[in-house]
Amino acid sequence: MRRSVRIGCGAGFSSDRLEPAIDLAQRGALDYLVFECLGERTMAFGHRDRMLDGSKGYNPHTAQRMRAVLAACRKSGTVVVTNMGAANPLAATQLTVGIARELGLAGLKVACIEGDDVTRQIGPGTALHDRDGTVRDVGLPVVGANAYLGADALLPALKAGADVIIAGRIADPSLFVAPLAFRFGWGLDDWQLLGRGTAVGHLLECGMQVTGGYFADPGFKDVPGLVDCGFPIAEVGFDGGFTITKLPDTGGCVTTATVKEQLLYEVHDPATYLTPDVTADFSRIAIEQLEPDRVHVNGADGQPRPDKLKVTVGFDGGFLAEGGISYAGPNAQARARLAGEVVWQRLSRNNALLGDLRIDMIGVNSLHGTAHAPVTDSEDVRLRVAMRSRRRDDIDTMLWEVEALLCCGPAGGGGYRGSISPCVVTHSALVARDQVRPTMRMFTA
Amino acid sequence: MSDRLKVHDIAHARAGDKGDIASVSVWAYDPKDYPLLKSQLTAERLKATFPKLLRGSVTRYELDHLHGLNFVLRDALEGGVNTSLNLDSHGKSFSYLILGLEIDGPELPSP
Repeated sequence: MRRSVRIGCGAGFSSDRLEPAIDLAQRGALDYLVFECLGERTMAFGHRDRMLDGSKGYNPHTAQRMRAVLAACRKSGTVVVTNMGAANPLAATQLTVGIARELGLAGLKVACIEGDDVTRQIGPGTALHDRDGTVRDVGLPVVGANAYLGADALLPALKAGADVIIAGRIADPSLFVAPLAFRFGWGLDDWQLLGRGTAVGHLLECGMQVTGGYFADPGFKDVPGLVDCGFPIAEVGFDGGFTITKLPDTGGCVTTATVKEQLLYEVHDPATYLTPDVTADFSRIAIEQLEPDRVHVNGADGQPRPDKLKVTVGFDGGFLAEGGISYAGPNAQARARLAGEVVWQRLSRNNALLGDLRIDMIGVNSLHGTAHAPVTDSEDVRLRVAMRSRRRDDIDTMLWEVEALLCCGPAGGGGYRGSISPCVVTHSALVARDQVRPTMRMFTA
Repeated sequence: MSDRLKVHDIAHARAGDKGDIASVSVWAYDPKDYPLLKSQLTAERLKATFPKLLRGSVTRYELDHLHGLNFVLRDALEGGVNTSLNLDSHGKSFSYLILGLEIDGPELPSP
């Protein structure tokens, strides 16, 4: 049994930076390097990609990340754990094995974890958990459904000596809990230790959100070297107490304030944070600055895990389109407002177009506009028209109307841009644990 | 007598989202300011201040020993990250919506 484990986070979301992860692989002396790259939306986009091309559906940066860290991780004996498999863990695994061979890393063991895809178990009558009604009531085609697997799904790969573990929908903290439970021999029914491991995972899973990213507020919360912020490392003791830090000579900062903000990020009741592994309790956690960029955390607890697993069901939401045009100088707000009224009136001649339409003035009320009507004397504003529809014709009509303002709208409008992006909608459901069977297959480079 | 303060003068915050539920944690920089936050930044006040935005319940959790409050805002994201047409569909900027509120500062001694 080990006395301590050094675990780092090399990505906190799908499009996170690459170079701080390379730094961790090369200089981190880590036991484990975790890449957390999956959100509710990215999972659904993975399913969509896989429908268009059966060889895709995994994280689009998988090859870059693996190529950049595998050799260094093998040299330092660092095991890579990731959910970059997204909707196609097998394809991501095969890709990784190929890259390992190209890099001359013969014998590298790459484990593929599947079983989270429960699309076939979801039918029109499946009850939804986050809203009333069933899958049928959403009225959109299902693109895929995945259960949140826990640490138990990763243990067979760790026991079999995998160098790289590639999964799809594993709950974010479980990517960290599994290596800790494995190395320390924690029982998967030791709720207190799993609660503490979940605190490690929760604090690390968003990457530099705990080391100074997403924190700076100039003059109030200054962050040194934000340009080259480092990714986080946790030094975890066998009793589940741990210290959050980062590599020397990286930007950012680890303070009680950065740790506190991340502690409750996306948490509701701090005493009942649900994961597939445990009902974690962060309500009595202690946070202490030991020295600069080293913060000790202890005192998380846990209660038994939830009976059921959460499932995210992804639906095809059609398209999201945004068109914009800008107004500046005297009376800019009035001209932008009139432009919005013109678009609204013309589109309202066809009522079907108004269902999912929103008009904002960027610089005046675009973010908090629903909450209150702020007074601003800004003379640099942008009209934004957003629409969601499954009918491409509606989308094209809206963008045409906004672009037409160039000649047909109020005076002085310029800088029209329009974009169309595919749209997915997600809802959650619950599934019994015995309906979900995680599997592990090992491949060797 | 007391001064009016912006919450932003004495606290920092971060917002997160899950489905159509936003959560915002608010932390006093200085422990001595925490009682001001706790007494004036109530769930009822948020609900009353932003009735159009906060369509569901507002729940507040208190972490007294860390000098922080956690607000859970249900039905606040216009359907959630996938369906909202708000430019900020995650409600990431809600942290600064709350930091922009005003509160009464500590009582000043009478002149």
